Amino acid sequence: MPDKIIEIRNLHKWFGRIHALDDVNLDVETGEVLVIIGPSGSGKSTLLRCVNHLEKPSSGHLYIDGVDLEAKDTDINEVRTEIGMVFQQFNLFPHMTALQNITLAQRIVRKRSGEEAERVGRELLERVGIPEKADSYPGQLSGGQQQRVAIARALAMNPKIMLFDEPTSALDPEMIKEVLDVMLDLAQTGITMLVVTHEMGFARAAARRMVFMDEGKIIEETTPELLFTAPKHERTKLFLSKILEH
Amino acid sequence: MPDPRPSGVSAGSPAGAAHAPRQRRWFLRFDRGWLLFIGALVLLALLVFAVGEKYAVKIPIPALGITIQFGDPYGRIIQFLFDGILTTLKLTIISFLLILVVGVFGGLGRVSHNRFISTIAWLYVEIVRGIPVLVWLLWIWFALPQLIQGAGRVLVQACEGSSAGWVQAITCPLGETVSGIKLQPIPAAVLGFTFAYGAYMTEIFRAGIQSIAKGQMEAARSLGMTNIQAMRYIILPQAVRVILPPVSNEFVTLLKDSSLVSILAVSDLTRRGREFVARTFLSFDTFTMVALCYLILTLFFTRVSTEIERRAAVEKR
Repeated sequence: MPDKIIEIRNLHKWFGRIHALDDVNLDVETGEVLVIIGPSGSGKSTLLRCVNHLEKPSSGHLYIDGVDLEAKDTDINEVRTEIGMVFQQFNLFPHMTALQNITLAQRIVRKRSGEEAERVGRELLERVGIPEKADSYPGQLSGGQQQRVAIARALAMNPKIMLFDEPTSALDPEMIKEVLDVMLDLAQTGITMLVVTHEMGFARAAARRMVFMDEGKIIEETTPELLFTAPKHERTKLFLSKILEH
Repeated sequence: MPDPRPSGVSAGSPAGAAHAPRQRRWFLRFDRGWLLFIGALVLLALLVFAVGEKYAVKIPIPALGITIQFGDPYGRIIQFLFDGILTTLKLTIISFLLILVVGVFGGLGRVSHNRFISTIAWLYVEIVRGIPVLVWLLWIWFALPQLIQGAGRVLVQACEGSSAGWVQAITCPLGETVSGIKLQPIPAAVLGFTFAYGAYMTEIFRAGIQSIAKGQMEAARSLGMTNIQAMRYIILPQAVRVILPPVSNEFVTLLKDSSLVSILAVSDLTRRGREFVARTFLSFDTFTMVALCYLILTLFFTRVSTEIERRAAVEKR
């Protein structure tokens, strides 16, 4: 039986009076690809950001590989080295080249040597399909290329979990495929992935499980086929009808 | 992809990317700012060397076949002011370096997650900015020494009044040193400027740090970097480019405000001017020269900072 690499128990998150996460309980198994969908404001991004503690839960517990994120003696920076995150806005470091973006954290956090970090970096750039852009600055790259560098940057830390927060939502349509291809490729490697997205094609192809969230709660949790063909709840049906139309 | 630039200067020149940029770069370098600076220098030179009822000093240079005439009174004035100019420059530069240090730490303190640190930083800024720089200088020159003397007295009394060995070990040597502190004019001025301007520099750094998008910090932290690593490698390098304009502006402001130390018995440019007037009553000529000297200095440093800003902006690409 595969281990549960993420365990979320009774998670609540308030932003002032807004109840962003309402008693969320979720387990993610090692190597699983989980896709989270839902309308905007449903709390899916918040949930993702709680996993690597970019948002601090108001109450409840999160266990990453058995480690309680809320415990006082947990070193959050150590936990974060095992979790890679890809952002909607890419968030590449503009004053560094693509390769430098990828090697920085390797050197100062994982304490790898310069040569090793560069080797890993070039390998990953090759893997995401843009080895020639190693010495380019983010400002010189297209959105799709920037996001691929961002994925490489996160992968360079050899994390156990990869989080994707709407990775293609800020991209022009013609560049979405190149990023999704990288993500699909990644899904085959057996790494645990948590993806918040609207790209249903990707979900169908890669997800083992899907979660539908609305108003801070998990409404439904099942396989992609079952979710698309036979959703149980009204709200799920309503949401799917809106986005699957076109 | 290079974007087509409006070519007002090179209109009509033959097709050739080689011509247009060179012309433009030369034009920009030698813009009206530099022309004004050179104009002021020329004016100064004319006044000093060519104007005056009688020529105080004539220095013949046979090799060149000319005679340099040191004009009167402007020649005399500039000779007297020269030390003041050096003092002003030294004072400004040393203070500014210290102010930068205060600014960095103050700015980081203002954005710190530690409630205690950020409150102290906030208090510093609010209180110091609420009092005019001149008043701060006066306070540090007149009030602070008395405070120090008082503290020294308290320590000495504690030292003499106590019989406990450990108390004496602390208070006696401390009391002696504190009582012996005598604030000299220039250190007092540097201290005053560092303290007062540090608050403004703190705010400049704070704004610069906060102007860097939140996503940058999030990306850094999500890679496992500590707050300090994120600041050092990601936030501050980017913030520096943002704050270069206001920081260089502060330097020029400090250069002008350094004239305030003339009331503290520091022989800067302004004070030298006043001393000369007190002796010779040549108020028009003297203060015109003082003004011209300040203008030349500020024009020069403004040009330098514009250049720095331009280079920093270009590098970012």
